[in-house]
Amino acid sequence: MWGWLKKKFGDEAQVPAETNVSEQSQTSSEVIAPQEAIATTPVSIEPTPTAEESLPVAVVSPTNVAEEKKGWLDKLKTGLSATRNKLGLQTIFASKLDEDTLEQLEAQLLMADCGMPATQHLLDDLRKRWKQAGGEGDPRKMLVDALTDLLKPLEQAFPERNETPFVVMIAGVNGAGKTTSIGKLAKHLQQSGASVLLAAGDTFRAAAREQLAIWGERNNVTVIQQAGGDPAAVMFDAVNAGKARNIDVVMCDTAGRLPTQLNLMDELKKAKRVIGKAMDGAPHETLLVLDGTTGQNAIMQVKAFDEALQLTGLIMTKLDGSAKGGVICAIAKERPVPLRFIGVGEGIDDLRPFSAREFAEAMV
Amino acid sequence: MSNQLTERLARLVKTIKGEARFTESNTADVLREIRLALIEADVALPVVKSFVERVKTAALGQEVMGSLTPGQAFVSIVHRELTALMGPEPGVPAGLNLAVTPPAVILLAGLQGAGKTTTAGKLALRLKSSQKKKVLLVPCDVYRPAATEQLRTLAAQVEVDFYAPAKAEAEDPVAIARNAIEWAKPRYYDVVIVDTAGRLAIDEAMMQEAAAISAAVTPAETLFVVDAMLGQDAVNTARAFNERLHLTGIMLTKLDGDSRGGAALSVREITGVPIKFAGVSEKLDGLELFDAERMASRILGMGDVLALVEATQKAVDIEQAHKLAAKVKSGKGFDLEDFKQQIGQMRKMGGMQGLIDKLPHEIQAAAAKSGGVDEKQVGRMEGIINSMTPAERRKPELIKATRKRRIAMGAGVQVQEVNRLLNQFEQTQTMMKKFSQGGMGKLMRAVGGMKGGLPGLKGKFPGMR
Repeated sequence: MWGWLKKKFGDEAQVPAETNVSEQSQTSSEVIAPQEAIATTPVSIEPTPTAEESLPVAVVSPTNVAEEKKGWLDKLKTGLSATRNKLGLQTIFASKLDEDTLEQLEAQLLMADCGMPATQHLLDDLRKRWKQAGGEGDPRKMLVDALTDLLKPLEQAFPERNETPFVVMIAGVNGAGKTTSIGKLAKHLQQSGASVLLAAGDTFRAAAREQLAIWGERNNVTVIQQAGGDPAAVMFDAVNAGKARNIDVVMCDTAGRLPTQLNLMDELKKAKRVIGKAMDGAPHETLLVLDGTTGQNAIMQVKAFDEALQLTGLIMTKLDGSAKGGVICAIAKERPVPLRFIGVGEGIDDLRPFSAREFAEAMV
Repeated sequence: MSNQLTERLARLVKTIKGEARFTESNTADVLREIRLALIEADVALPVVKSFVERVKTAALGQEVMGSLTPGQAFVSIVHRELTALMGPEPGVPAGLNLAVTPPAVILLAGLQGAGKTTTAGKLALRLKSSQKKKVLLVPCDVYRPAATEQLRTLAAQVEVDFYAPAKAEAEDPVAIARNAIEWAKPRYYDVVIVDTAGRLAIDEAMMQEAAAISAAVTPAETLFVVDAMLGQDAVNTARAFNERLHLTGIMLTKLDGDSRGGAALSVREITGVPIKFAGVSEKLDGLELFDAERMASRILGMGDVLALVEATQKAVDIEQAHKLAAKVKSGKGFDLEDFKQQIGQMRKMGGMQGLIDKLPHEIQAAAAKSGGVDEKQVGRMEGIINSMTPAERRKPELIKATRKRRIAMGAGVQVQEVNRLLNQFEQTQTMMKKFSQGGMGKLMRAVGGMKGGLPGLKGKFPGMR
């Protein structure tokens, strides 16, 4: 999520302010200040301790976080100072909230994929805060607060594993990163001492089974698979195998599908029902994997999959690129489903629990 | 996404009514609405800005045509500009340019999960079956587990050759690409499609690798595969890929979803290269030539009416339709057998739901409000007719109480359902008779109630004029 900044600054530097200032996308000035604010206040982006403690799987150990944070911040600082020098911009964000600033913030939010309704909501919230503060302060910081408040309800850690096996079902559109996310999640669980079993439920896409099987082999995780056939049957088998082998977590992969493919959505419902037959109360977690680069369609995805599966959580992937995943704000506003993890890189450790404040800081 | 552009504009332009020209002052609100609609459709903000500017220039001073309301005129301007922007440059042929010394290399690149490998398979099938090319698929994704395996499977499915990398080169995508071309040359391949790993635009090492692959194979076409659901980031990504790879075309994927696909406009605008194909289904023949006009309608939320027309043309059996028309003309003989055929044809077009999906949003909403379409109901109707004897189908008036009971038993439904079907059939028959007697005019009056169901449909599809 950070690399984006450097890239963007490079571009902005080459394109001086010839764009129409009255319109929104004049972004150079409002981007600079926010980042500096982050760089100077590293403490504020420490994830809340509750999120860490209540995480039974210990996805990221606190020390780890601190170290990596430093890495990010260092990168950020160097990138920023370079740009600042180039642009000769020493002025920080206007310390008042005028129409210009609001427009810039609006552009910032829109370009992060927040969508119009959520953006409007945030700006209204910001105006209110500004008024309450008596018309002074740092508008950007207030926006971060507003964002944090909006996203806070989504900050719910992966639940306690009370059942054995704990069954997790994972769905999403094509190419969202389901299999990769399962891999990362499985690895984490394994590292925290839990035994994991995977069900290769993508019986449709060419070599999807192989993808999971190869991954399983490399990481010493058993993968239950069947040649062709019904994904529900594979999952049924997997849950039963999990029971028989006393496995802690069973994770069911599914084939990617677009919500418009109604028959495939029905297939998904069936798979969930069948899992429930293999074990009462299962699946205990039903997660939707969202591609962080997706635009407003992500809301439709959450709605459609939630209707079909009654989601318990989301995973947002591919936030290591230049996309900022602001659509989560729109989701928070229109269809709040807890965001369990965000994927910020290719590495196994790059699947992190979601922290509203951290995310908000990174976004504006 | 509920408030559709046309709807909102219709409301807004009431204020412009009575003015003959668009001026700076009376278009400001309308332009803001357009801006909003484009943002909702995921068109990237900088692109929205320049586009709105364009529309403004095109609209200012223009006279409102007599037949159109200002709103319709405006939407048609927007639609036209969108189409022009996304369509091919005049004089440049659509499709791929493979006129080079064979083998013509096609390089596919894009973000993770954009659909590169699937597109490679689809493209291979298309080139093989419609252009009779000898195609070789080359896997250069050495990172994702089983990516090579996926392409191998796809190659087998579409029955084209697959380049299996040797052990020695299995880790080096540049070597695979280079060797594959060398291997293809003496074997007279027409086209070599190189599938690469998904990469982020900011991943310097991976972007360098992509450039190296490109340099090693000197592609005739470098296609940027982009997910139609992509959001604002489309700008950054497209720019970065274009800088490093000199793209020649865009492949839009996952258009069968319900995204508005604004990314198409962003990417087209940023790279300046044409959008060549669109992926429209998970099946391997689901690759269509890109249609700018249709995409423009979609971005504006006007529904894919063209697709509907096409689906109808494809599914309707012309000969049967003629026969039916003859029957209708003669004013008699429209029987249950024909009725069943009609149901069957509806099915072929993807069922009622499939049809409704292609309609503009406002009508979709109306359909959903009226309880949606019960797909099962249609199947049941077919079942009831199937339970009748040929004689009954020809002369439905034969069907009385005992026959009804038998038919209901046979179809596994209640007698009431049989009654309902017969009623519906009778209505259709009456309509047909009217049609034969008084022609279209009368029929339209007969179904006058329906007009209310499609409020103001007329004139809302500039693309259909």
